[in-house]
Amino acid sequence: MSLLSFEKKYRVRGGTLLGGDLFDFWIGPFYVGFFGVTTAFFAILGTLLIIYGAALGDTWNIWQISIAPPDLSYGLGLAPLQEGGLWQIITLCALGAFGSWVLRQAEIARKLGMGLHVPFAFSVAVLAYFTLVVIRPVLMGAWGHGFPYGILSHLDWVSNVGYQYLHFHYNPAHMLAVTFFFTNAMALSMHGSLILMATDPRDGETVKTGEHENTFFRDDIGYSIGALGIHRLGLFLALSAGFWSAVCIVISGPFWTKGWPEWWNWWLELPIWN
Amino acid sequence: MNIKQLLSSAAVAWVSTAFLVACEAPPPESVQRGPAGTGMALVYNSDDLSDVIANNIAPEASPQLPATGPKAGDIYQNVEVLGDLSIGQFTRLMTSITEWVSPEEGCNYCHVAEGFHLDTKYTKKVARVMIAMTQRANQDWGDHVGNVGVTCYTCHRGKNVPEYVWTNDPGRPHAPGIMTAGQNIASKNAAYSSLPNDPFSMYLEGDEATAKDLPWRVAGNTALPKGNNPANIKDTEWIYSLMMHFSDSLGVNCTHCHNTRAFYDWEQSSPERVRAWHGIRMVREMNNNFINRTTDWLPEHRKGPLGDPLKVNCGTCHQGAYQPLLGAEMIKDYPTLTRYDDATKAVYVDDVE
Repeated sequence: MSLLSFEKKYRVRGGTLLGGDLFDFWIGPFYVGFFGVTTAFFAILGTLLIIYGAALGDTWNIWQISIAPPDLSYGLGLAPLQEGGLWQIITLCALGAFGSWVLRQAEIARKLGMGLHVPFAFSVAVLAYFTLVVIRPVLMGAWGHGFPYGILSHLDWVSNVGYQYLHFHYNPAHMLAVTFFFTNAMALSMHGSLILMATDPRDGETVKTGEHENTFFRDDIGYSIGALGIHRLGLFLALSAGFWSAVCIVISGPFWTKGWPEWWNWWLELPIWN
Repeated sequence: MNIKQLLSSAAVAWVSTAFLVACEAPPPESVQRGPAGTGMALVYNSDDLSDVIANNIAPEASPQLPATGPKAGDIYQNVEVLGDLSIGQFTRLMTSITEWVSPEEGCNYCHVAEGFHLDTKYTKKVARVMIAMTQRANQDWGDHVGNVGVTCYTCHRGKNVPEYVWTNDPGRPHAPGIMTAGQNIASKNAAYSSLPNDPFSMYLEGDEATAKDLPWRVAGNTALPKGNNPANIKDTEWIYSLMMHFSDSLGVNCTHCHNTRAFYDWEQSSPERVRAWHGIRMVREMNNNFINRTTDWLPEHRKGPLGDPLKVNCGTCHQGAYQPLLGAEMIKDYPTLTRYDDATKAVYVDDVE
């Protein structure tokens, strides 16, 4: 990745949100900036704390290392380091690092003179994480409702939290999120295959143009959303998936405590037939 | 779309979601059920919890009467299951049963004025079977009922017939050519899921030999499928339906007993899972050996559409609480219900064991 075509435009002074010119420099190909420094600080500290937590734990198996949140009995208070306090500090580090990364993306976008689409999109992923480890635990009154930091342990947590509401597939926001994830995957695969088709022609043929792409989908499904449109659609589908994921977990517990199948009784109880 | 439109559509999405969620208000109450970070926790809405507490208060115990003196079986006629009690104990239990089961009808709900010993009314004969059933549960099913025990009140709560009972389900009328497969209706039995709506006929009735072959252990015992699990989707749905009933009846979720990362592993489950294992067998015995005994002489209006008596499941005793009456140890005030005598054993218990 040597000099990219836009690198000249990228390597300009200004556009910083904090720190003025102080951190406005590059290390090799990487822009630093104030938020690059804070990203590095939080990411390194958080990672070291995870390694420290692993050293206190009983395994170095990368799959099984887990940093658990506090017991529910600690409520929204601070817990001793080995009783979930590490989890609390690591959570702060993660949020610091993710938030810094969003703002660093914003600075780069300003240098490029483009919109804030990239930091906005990444913010939705950060929002989903923030929802899981801050909003929902606060609404439920205990940090212990956050998920553990471990490759397998966080999946076990997902399984149990799903079973807390008996059958999570009945969660309406989960339905939406899953639908958006699958639709996003379908749109991406259709778009990817179209681009490969257009840019990787058979021997003796030339690379195709956008008009060819549009024609393909008009023939295929009667409509082509267009070269710009597909990226807008992709962004909408991806962000909706993340957004509704956050909604589906924040309503489970704080706003609905029973099994999700029972939630649908509002339909049976409609005055039309009840 | 400009930023205003974007924000307003996001706001609309949030508001409509909140509306549809039919919003319980945070914060809920939660109870940790496993190690920190496993996600094993019971979650309750505070208002619902207040209702459960209000609905599960044990009644005041009546004063004990002396266990000495002549025995009921020697003084009264036709006393089959309580003959060993003293007159005092016998009288106290009868008045208690009246309060628990027929507070409005009084003694006449079971007895006739021509003679209290007469078996004229079917209710008296039912009461006899129920007393034997209760004594059996307290004496021999301690692994399930523990110190909480079972009294008539545990199920009846002042009603002639306990609120939560079941009968074999004939299914609902449906258009020809449609396979209902006993599922896909929003039934409380399966906590309103699309799972089979009568898991009871299958799992909570029928002899032990047949029961062993039912689809119980549908979960694989390896992290990844190895092609060695014979259970199919339909098998799985049957037992999940029964599990939904467990949850609904006890007001708990799956993590009360299970760590769902490994359903197969008893070591990773809570002790309550063992208690429930005994409970399934206790309930099946209650239905098979006590309640179904009454089938021949029970009046039609006390039977289901397929002619079987009203039977028990988890909800009959638990009524939405993790332990009946939220763990009130009511049985310690009623020692006469904690054991059966030899005569009762001969009639009701010997053929079970």
